[in-house]
Parts: sequence; C-alpha cells; structure tokens
Amino acid sequence: MTTMTIAKAINEGLRATLSNNPKSLLMGEDIGPLGGVYRVTDGLIGEFGPDRVVDTPLAESGIIGTAIGLALRGYLPVAEIQFDGFVFPGFNQITTQLAKMHSRSNGNLTVPVVIRIPYGGGIGSIEHHSESPEALFAHTPGLRIITPSNPHDAYWMIQQAVNCQDPVIVFEPKRRYWLKGEVDTESAGPAEDPFKAHVVREGTDATVVVYGPLVPVALAAANAAAEDGRSIEVIDLRSISPIDFDAIEASVKKTGRLVVAHEAPTFGGIGGEIAARISERAFLSLEAPVIRVGGFHMPYPVAKIEEDYLPDIDRILEALDRTFAY
Amino acid sequence: MGATHLPSTEFDGTELDDQLEAQAEAALGVPPTEMVQLLRPDGTLGADSVFSEYAQRLDAEKFRGFYADMAAIRRFDQEATALQRQGQLALWVPLTGQEAAQIGSGRASQPQDYIFPTYREHGVALTRNVDLAELLKQFRGVSNGGWNPKDTNFHLYTLVLAAQTPHAVGYAMGIQRDQRLAAAQGVEGSAEPKAAVMVYFGDGASSEGDVHESMVFASSYNAPVVFFCQNNHWAISVPTAVQTRIPLSNRAKGYGFPGIRVDGNDVIAVHAVTEWALEHARQGNGPVLIEAFTYRVGAHTTADDPTKYRESSEEALWREKDPLDRLEKYLRSEGMADEAFFAKVAAEGDELAAYIRKSTYASDAPDIRTAFANTYVEAHPLVAEELAWFEQYSAGFAGEDEGEGAGR
Repeated sequence: MTTMTIAKAINEGLRATLSNNPKSLLMGEDIGPLGGVYRVTDGLIGEFGPDRVVDTPLAESGIIGTAIGLALRGYLPVAEIQFDGFVFPGFNQITTQLAKMHSRSNGNLTVPVVIRIPYGGGIGSIEHHSESPEALFAHTPGLRIITPSNPHDAYWMIQQAVNCQDPVIVFEPKRRYWLKGEVDTESAGPAEDPFKAHVVREGTDATVVVYGPLVPVALAAANAAAEDGRSIEVIDLRSISPIDFDAIEASVKKTGRLVVAHEAPTFGGIGGEIAARISERAFLSLEAPVIRVGGFHMPYPVAKIEEDYLPDIDRILEALDRTFAY
Repeated sequence: MGATHLPSTEFDGTELDDQLEAQAEAALGVPPTEMVQLLRPDGTLGADSVFSEYAQRLDAEKFRGFYADMAAIRRFDQEATALQRQGQLALWVPLTGQEAAQIGSGRASQPQDYIFPTYREHGVALTRNVDLAELLKQFRGVSNGGWNPKDTNFHLYTLVLAAQTPHAVGYAMGIQRDQRLAAAQGVEGSAEPKAAVMVYFGDGASSEGDVHESMVFASSYNAPVVFFCQNNHWAISVPTAVQTRIPLSNRAKGYGFPGIRVDGNDVIAVHAVTEWALEHARQGNGPVLIEAFTYRVGAHTTADDPTKYRESSEEALWREKDPLDRLEKYLRSEGMADEAFFAKVAAEGDELAAYIRKSTYASDAPDIRTAFANTYVEAHPLVAEELAWFEQYSAGFAGEDEGEGAGR
C-alpha cells in the first residue's frame, strides 16, 4: 500500500501501462514537457520519449481521429482532452467514428482507444472548464464510460481501460485530483471489474448513488444523516456505461429508497436513466419515488455562483428528507 | 521535393476553369499550380519533366489493364444504377467520369499501403481486389460494408465527410512507429516493405475542419500519407468555387508539403503522380496532396437531379475529355489493342454485371442478433439484457408468418 493523490495514481497507472505494453502511447495537448495542465503525465515523456508521449497540435478532432487511425494500426492510444468543455470539437469523431467502428465493420475492426477527460466543477474556473458532459456519451452505443473516485481505482481503472478492447472514456474528477488515498499497486483487489459499482458505505434506510467528484459529498451526507439516526447506503457507480443496475437494484430492495446525485444537469441525465430502470426492476420495493439531485437546466454558471449550482451535502440531505417523507 | 509548383504541361480546362484560374491568380498574386497532364484528350501522349519518367515504367499490358479496369468499373456503375432504379438498392453513388482518377491512383498503390476511401471510390476498391458485390451491400441496407479491411488494406467507406482523413494520418503515424520499433530491434530492412497511407476525399469535403486538422498533424509529424482529393467540380449542387478560390492543390503550400494538380481524366498522369507521391511518403519524405481535376458526369446520387443546378452543356464539355475514350484512342493509335481486346473487355463487363445482379438479389438482411453481438467487443450487460428481452419477445411470434413480426 502506498498513499498518493488521484493525479499521481493516474500518472503511475499510465507509467505502468507504458511499461507493460510497447504499443500503448499517450497523446494530447501539453502532455509532454509540461506534463499536462494538471501534471497527470508529469515525467512520462522523459521516460518513454516523444513517440510514446505525444504533444499534439491543438485540435481535438485531430487527436481523436488520429488515435482511431493508430488503433486501426494496432496501437493502444490514450488521448487526453484538456478540459471537459473542449471535447466537443472531437465529439463527431467520438460518436460517429470511434463508437461505431466495431459495429459497422461487422466485428472485423477494433478501436481500443482510451480518452481521458478531466471533468466537473468546484474549482472556481472560467467557462468551459467545469462541465459534466458524460450523459452525451453514455447515450452513444459502442462507448464505455468510467469515472474513478479515489486513488486506488484511478490507478487500476486507467490500466483496465487501456486493456479493454472497446473504446473507453475515463472521466477524471478534476476537483479530486489532489485527494489522497491508499493504493495497492500489487493488486486491483477482489472487485476489480471496472464496470461494476462499489458499495462504499453500507446502510439500511436509503440508497444514495453517486460517482466521481460527488462520492465524498455523498459520504459526508451519509455521516450527517447518521447523526439523525438514518442509515444511508452509498454506492459509487464507477461505471456510467454500462451501469451496474444489479448493484443498485440489490441495494434498493434492501433500503426501499433511492437518491441519485450528479453534477451534470438533472434533465436527460444519468439519474433519470437510473430512476427509470430501478422503477422497472424494483417498483414494489420502492417506498418513495426515486429523487434526482443534479445541476440545473442552465449552462454551467460563473464561478462565483457555482456553489449554488453544484449538488452539495445539504442538497443530498434535502433529497433524503423528501424520500423519507413518503 | 520542397516546392509545390511542379513543371507540367499546358492547362486544359473549360472556359469556366480558365476564368477560375484567372481569379486564383488574382488571389494568390502568382499563377496557381499548373496541372499535370500526359495523355491529352485527343489520345496523344505529352511529356512532363518529372512525371514522364514514371509513365515510362508502364508497358502496353499495363495500359490495357488500365482500360479494362476503367471499363469494368463503368459497367459496374451502370449496373448498380440500374439496380437502384429497380428498387434493389436504396441509393447509388455513381462514379462515371472519375474512372481515371480512381484506377490510376489505386493501381499506383502497393499491397502494403492502406487506403481510406470516402464513399464513391468503387474504382479504387476494384484495384484493391475488394469483391465489388460487397460494395453494394451498404446501398442495399444489409451491411455497412461487407468486406474485411484487413484482407485488402482498403478501409470501409466513410459517409461523414472527411472523418476518415485523421484516421489515415493516425494510421500513418502507426507505420512510422512500426518502422522505428523495428529499427530499435535491429530488424530494419528485413521487415515488411515500407508502407504509406492514401486517403480519398472530394472538393466538398476539403472544406471540413478534419481535412485541415489532418494536414496539420501529417505535416507536423511528417507522416507517410497521400491526400488524394478528387475535385469533381460539384458537392451535390454546390460548385467548387464555393469551397475554394484557389486550386485545392495550392493549399498544400500552407501546410508545407507538395501539392500537385493532375488531370484526373488522364489515367497515365494520375498513375505517375500517385506513384511519385506514394514513393515520396514511403521514403520518409512526408505527406503529399494530389488534386485530381475531374468531373462527376452523373448525379451525386440516384436521388439527385443535376439539371436543377448545372447546364448540360458543361457535362457535354467534360464528356469530350472522357478518360476511357482518350485511352482507347491512344491504345488504338499505338497498336497496343485491337478489336478483339475491346470486345473481350465488353464481354467481361457483361459478366461482371451479371455477377453483381445475381449477388445483389441473393444478399439478404442480416440477423439483428449480429448487431447486438457487434456493438461491443467485450461482454456488455445492457446489450445482453436487451438481447434477452428481444429473444423472449420474438419467441412470442413463433409459428406466425415468417415475413411478419420481429422474430423473423
């Protein structure tokens, strides 16, 4: 066990990937000598050289498009998009090309591209630097989407993404990059499947499903609720596509109540999909409607008011109050 | 070769093209890149200080082969158009008029090269030994491309314009890394022959941002890629003048690699220029842009009506520069082909058409279970759940008319 931040864990995970597989390579803007704007690729160009850690022209469609070409040639590209709000010039390549290549080739071609995207708000940044666009990608068949919430998962999930034969988008919770935790670099642990959810706190009265940056928030809310005598189960989704509905269903059948929280706008979001699925699967176990907590239906607001926008401990507690009102 | 302005024969455009040339010169301040032409419309062979050398590598058998290929793909095009008219295909994308651009460039490629087409490159597909019946499956709605690109190094068609251009550059970056990995392991020379990538797009797609980004990447990394732009004058109904004020080949200069405009109806020049460009790329000298100046004689697709946006006199002008006619004149005047040859080509065309017709009638819809299976490589719980539901749902239709319901 080693203690490190999420940023360092991803750095170590990428280092392990580059060491273990000569066909893997990193590509993106400013990922070379600078080590990325968040220093996630710090030191890697020195160790592996510019053929494996590629500073690209400033062009997101070109980054994703050339990553697809490299994958077709047998390489394992890990492309970094510098910020969530800058993925959209590459959206066409991701949704019309990357997601469909295996399917449209009748299974003949595989494009094991990994796309790393720092996402989410809470860092006081300027516009386009705080968004959570995961639902736009989750709606696209052919993509897999994961989001680690702690250093151990970050270390292993980035490596598992590279080893996956499908395209994987890794949404990295940028405001948690400096969150420290223990990493077992010897073993991923007993529940190593990156596409399965983890119960991070057991409880009996209600279930809160979260992912990425909101996992610590939900845990804090559960602690606060415990002071009021409520036993809250918290699930870290880890994978947004596919979603581990079995884990949520099992929890809801135990607790009877479900709150889903994410930073992304509530409307058309992951929470709605979970609410619908769980209503179908566990209707008779539900004591209350599934409550969603998320961003409002507005462009991500300016930094000075983002606290009013972002789901926090109180917003989750308020949602729990509503579900207990039934 | 660093210069983009290559010596060439006299430009041979229409009045409109002359006008565009004059406008381009005004915009550029210098004359635009001249067009390379070897085989003139009257069937006589001209000379070029760079590319004649490449043409001299060809012999009578190669020239006859070019003709046979162009005739075959034109016959195929006619048959596919007929199949669309008969309701056997939802849509067809005719290539007539562009045979020389496609056969000349495709025949200049080598097996180890990798080709990324747009969606009209039926002639290139022929040169890559793709089963032409497979091309029709996309237009029949039974597949998005029935061939395995790994078998022929001819990628699937891409319908999102220019989206394949960065793929080509990335693939070329992979070739560079393969070579460096092999060199690092001390096996240079003993490995497979050096390869290049060629990517096709049109004058319309040249306006897409992906073409720009691809050329930036290719130039920055000196990637072994040939950008082959077929300027067929019309992006559906919009003329090239809306996409560019200068010949597209001139754009290469801005990226720092050679750009060549070639007479796209001259199969000999197209072959020569493409062979030069692919050698240039394979030898590690970086990308090349080729603009094949040609004309889409037919409609954009079978759903299009060119009479609404262009004069038939323009089509007539271009028919005078027909790529097959001029090679036929050359073959006959040089005594390289006789009546028996042309009769044989025609007979083979009819055989190909019969094969295409028969294959199309026989190509059936796939089972949707294959679509479930191919969405992801690895097991996926949502796909599995939806497939299980579908199986159960379909089972409810068991015993009903096979033509009805979802269970067929």
